Amino acid sequence: MKRVYVNEQWCLACHLCEYYCAFANQDETDMSTALKGVPIRPNIRVEQLGDVCFAVNCRHCDEPLCVKGCLTGALSVRDGVISIDRDKCVGCCTCVVSCPYGAVTPTEDGVVQKCELCVNTRDGEPLCVKGCPNAAIVWESVVR
Amino acid sequence: MRYVVIGNSAAGIGAIEGIRQADPDGRITVISSEPYHTYSRPLISYFLMGKTDGERMRYRPEGFYESNGCETMLGVKAVSVDPGRKTVTLEGGASVEYDKLFVGAGSVPFVPPIEGLETVTNRFTFMTYDDALALKAAITPASRVLIVGAGLIGLKCAEGVAGSVAGITVVDLAPGALSSILDAEGSAIVREHLESRGIEFRLSDSVAKVSGGVATLVSGAEIEFDILVLAVGVRPDTALIRDAGGKCGRGILVDSFMRSSLPDIYAAGDCTESLDVSSGTVKVMALLPNAYRQGEVAGINMAGGSAELTDAIPMNAIGFFGLRVATAGTYEGEAYTDRKNGYKKLFYKDDTLKGFIIIGGIEKCGIYTSLVRERVPLSRINFPLIRENPGLIAFSRSYRDAKLGGAAI
Ligand SMILES: Cc1cc2nc3c(=O)[nH]c(=O)nc-3n(C[C@H](O)[C@H](O)[C@H](O)COP(=O)(O)OP(=O)(O)OC[C@H]3O[C@@H](n4cnc5c(N)ncnc54)[C@H](O)[C@@H]3O)c2cc1C
Repeated sequence: MKRVYVNEQWCLACHLCEYYCAFANQDETDMSTALKGVPIRPNIRVEQLGDVCFAVNCRHCDEPLCVKGCLTGALSVRDGVISIDRDKCVGCCTCVVSCPYGAVTPTEDGVVQKCELCVNTRDGEPLCVKGCPNAAIVWESVVR
Repeated sequence: MRYVVIGNSAAGIGAIEGIRQADPDGRITVISSEPYHTYSRPLISYFLMGKTDGERMRYRPEGFYESNGCETMLGVKAVSVDPGRKTVTLEGGASVEYDKLFVGAGSVPFVPPIEGLETVTNRFTFMTYDDALALKAAITPASRVLIVGAGLIGLKCAEGVAGSVAGITVVDLAPGALSSILDAEGSAIVREHLESRGIEFRLSDSVAKVSGGVATLVSGAEIEFDILVLAVGVRPDTALIRDAGGKCGRGILVDSFMRSSLPDIYAAGDCTESLDVSSGTVKVMALLPNAYRQGEVAGINMAGGSAELTDAIPMNAIGFFGLRVATAGTYEGEAYTDRKNGYKKLFYKDDTLKGFIIIGGIEKCGIYTSLVRERVPLSRINFPLIRENPGLIAFSRSYRDAKLGGAAI
């Protein structure tokens, strides 16, 4: 299965992945119109301290504590992708407390949000990867 | 192979999914006293609030039993187990044979001794979908609701009915709200938040007697009510295993493979007690994530696979009217307190994070949970950094290369 991997040594902390992620999850087709002046809520986030920087998103774990702990059954694994059923989620945040990577985020909408590898977006493939200018985020099926 | 699964909730569903990982073909019979498709028990308060409905409360999709090849006996109570003949006797006398038996019977509400309790007709517990339906049918906009118990279940019930009744009073013997999982400061934040929504508290007090719609507290205070909800606590439902001669403490004793002391009988979830690795003690951890994970481990082992659960800890995520509370582990050792973004208290001892309480800014707090669960030596990470903000940046480069970069460890 293809996964998103992060090559820390290539990350420039440009945060473009965050913008591409926010864009991928919108209906608007022009990126600048879509993002102008709106606060973004990306599912991939860059962590940075001094010279160290890297992007973090859902690892789509083989042993997903978020899915196993989900109170409602809203989180499930579909073809290897940890997906969320927004109709079922009540925003209890058990997944937020369970995720070892901090990759599930509470929102004000009463449901949580997370990376679904863009399977339900226009592109159908992770846009953070496409938008990364330095191959610091890649989508590969290789076992490293 | 013939599997019998008693209980149709988180632990039982975990067992079914575990069995099917190792054995796609064996016959599975699910027996449950509740007559419903599996539903998410914690959602009963959201149901009262109108945030979910019978359909969306389903813990697994509609076709779950068919796609997992399960026969169901829903609305059927198991009354005894004969571990020698390997049979389960059902209410009405019929019996079912098993090769491997799973017990995920959950817990039963503890009913406190209160004088005159039997005279109260509008008296409820808050554990099941049926309880929620009955409560929903009984309340009116004029109802004054008295809830005995300021724990998770009592307060979730309060939140659930708050928009539909005239008043709510919560009584608890403990000095604070959610006192089993919060410290005094955290309790006060939660209590004040609930009070701001009109919920009244009578703490360090208890109901001595009820009569004609009036509850008299031990302090002498009197509270008029129309609806009484008893939520003082739950205890593991151990009856089936205890009566069959299985070892029980407060809950059914299980090992890390989820085997009970009886041959070919496994148990998991709220009916069991097991090791909390954050404190090193055996306890009842009546929480859904543990129930599911234990059930899954049991199922895999029942079907001849091999799985072990060695990292269970208590862990809670709770919200009340938008206020988020997250807790995990045990509260031992030194404490680091931070009030910049809500309230955060981290407890650490012997170079490990033992537990935490966070109210408000819970983003990424799962990283703290992983430190507790995996007992990560704090000397190996940048603790001064991570205690301020949870992040992977506080970990070693090699940890990140493995977890984010997919590098072999
Ligand atoms: C209002 C409320 C809110 C909650 N909120 C949270 C929360 O936020 N987070 C959290 O982690 N947990 C929460 N919980 C606890 C959570 O619901 C339980 O930990 C979880 O449901 C345990 O699952 P279980 O399968 O072990 O048992 P249960 O869910 O109790 O299910 C037991 C099953 O066994 C069946 N059964 C029992 N005896 C028999 C018998 N003799 N014969 C046949 N069938 C039998 C029952 O019908 C039932 O289907 C909450 C609980 C309640 C009531």
